[in-house]
Amino acid sequence: MSLQEAKATVVEDFSMFDEWLDKYEYLISLGKELEPFPEERKTEDRLIKGCQSRVWLDCEEREGKLFFAADSDALITKGIISLLVKVYSGRSRQEIAADDFSFVEEIGLRENLSPTRAGGLAAMITTIKRIADGK
Amino acid sequence: MLPQLSQTVYGKPLVYLDNAATSLRPKTVTQKWVEMSEIKNANIHRAVHAMASMATDEYEGTRQAVADFIGAQSAENVIFTSGTTAAINLLAYSFGELCIREGDEVLIAESEHHSDIVPWQLLCERKKARIKVLPVLDDGRLDIEALPSLITPGKTKIACVAQISNVLGLVNPIDEIVRICHDRGCPVLVDGAQGIVHNTVNVNELACDFYAFSGHKLYAAPGTGVFYVSPDWIHKLPPYMGGGEMIQTVSWERTSFAEPPHRFEAGTQNFAGVPTLKPAMEFAAMMRDRETELEHNAVIRFVNDMLVADRRITLYGRGVPGKDKTGIFSFSVQGAHHEDLALLLDKMGIAVRSGQMCAEPLMGRFGITGMVRASFAPYNTMQEAEYFIESLRKAISMLQ
Repeated sequence: MSLQEAKATVVEDFSMFDEWLDKYEYLISLGKELEPFPEERKTEDRLIKGCQSRVWLDCEEREGKLFFAADSDALITKGIISLLVKVYSGRSRQEIAADDFSFVEEIGLRENLSPTRAGGLAAMITTIKRIADGK
Repeated sequence: MLPQLSQTVYGKPLVYLDNAATSLRPKTVTQKWVEMSEIKNANIHRAVHAMASMATDEYEGTRQAVADFIGAQSAENVIFTSGTTAAINLLAYSFGELCIREGDEVLIAESEHHSDIVPWQLLCERKKARIKVLPVLDDGRLDIEALPSLITPGKTKIACVAQISNVLGLVNPIDEIVRICHDRGCPVLVDGAQGIVHNTVNVNELACDFYAFSGHKLYAAPGTGVFYVSPDWIHKLPPYMGGGEMIQTVSWERTSFAEPPHRFEAGTQNFAGVPTLKPAMEFAAMMRDRETELEHNAVIRFVNDMLVADRRITLYGRGVPGKDKTGIFSFSVQGAHHEDLALLLDKMGIAVRSGQMCAEPLMGRFGITGMVRASFAPYNTMQEAEYFIESLRKAISMLQ
């Protein structure tokens, strides 16, 4: 699935819910489905700064593609980071660096999350872009 | 009466349970605010024109009303600040310059808000003084028995305690604390940011040396605050901020200062906001009438009982509702992150606070990274309390 298709799928998934609470229930279920993240990798340097809850993000490069893994101690945050992991894992650095991440606005996440949470989402995106830029 | 409640959030009626952060504001307050901006918009104390004298009358009239409201000896003892934080910073600086020397001690309760910790840390760093901590017991009450031994006569220069912790919601025994401290020659600052909302306060009877509170938690405009300084101290404290209107004469050689309280009010004051304290205090008095108080106590008892009965929930600050437990409920839930709970409650129309509540040392004391806080004001209804409990249960089940 191309990056564009992956993003479109997420936007479509979210468009099914009219109620905000249902969107969050869906996010929680995504959070619960996220692959287990080894405890020993929950280190300070993998922690994303700027989130109210703790979020760890890890990345591996295989055959020119980036593969992300993440975890959080809060389930909704975990759901959000799992969306990002799903959409951006297996893409090249160039592809991620060139993307504008606007799909999170299309699913209405950014504006409906609390300012600290929106800050957290912004921090997650910044971190993913920074990794893609090789910084 | 409360215009903020006429809105819906996410299509649901707003249930506002973040009163410990800031209260809602009644129409009488917002009207006064508009009146001050649209009609009485002039800088106070300075000019002789009509609008300026109207604004000055409003401002100084409010000072007298505040003095009456808190039982201060006179309006002279009431300094207006931008809030509790500004008041404590003023005290830490001014009192610090006057009284704190190397090796001295400042005693602070473990449950204090950051605004009653950090200004003292800055002072202690400057003066090479030391902070001592009055511990909190497991039930959230202060360890009063330990208090006498924590005061070193001649060395412990001030004790700083909140009347009600913004996290635990317990009414601390201020009169007893003041008595113990005064017996050992130690003055007391009472952070009344939460206390002023829940209790009828009489600073004269409390006999505290300093009392601070914010207007915005007491239904008034944000950016307003009151700092009470007792007659023992009001003429002793040196000025904190220099500027216009806090002086008597200024020359390059020597500047003399205005009498208190104006000595402590440098620069243009919040003349549009301060007069809102008057209708705010009237509203506060209304919120303390017998009927409202009975209903509020019933709400506190209900929420307290429901939270205590739920085994998944740990409530911090265990007291007796209607006695020493107020409407501030901070709790954590086994297996559910405080931020998730607050986000889900928000989507159900309920505004609560989550996180460390500006009291990180207290979070450390209970070994947690954060809590959810639901804080009820007297205008919150039993129906809202029931909806909150029902929604909380739903949110917990969604997360587990």
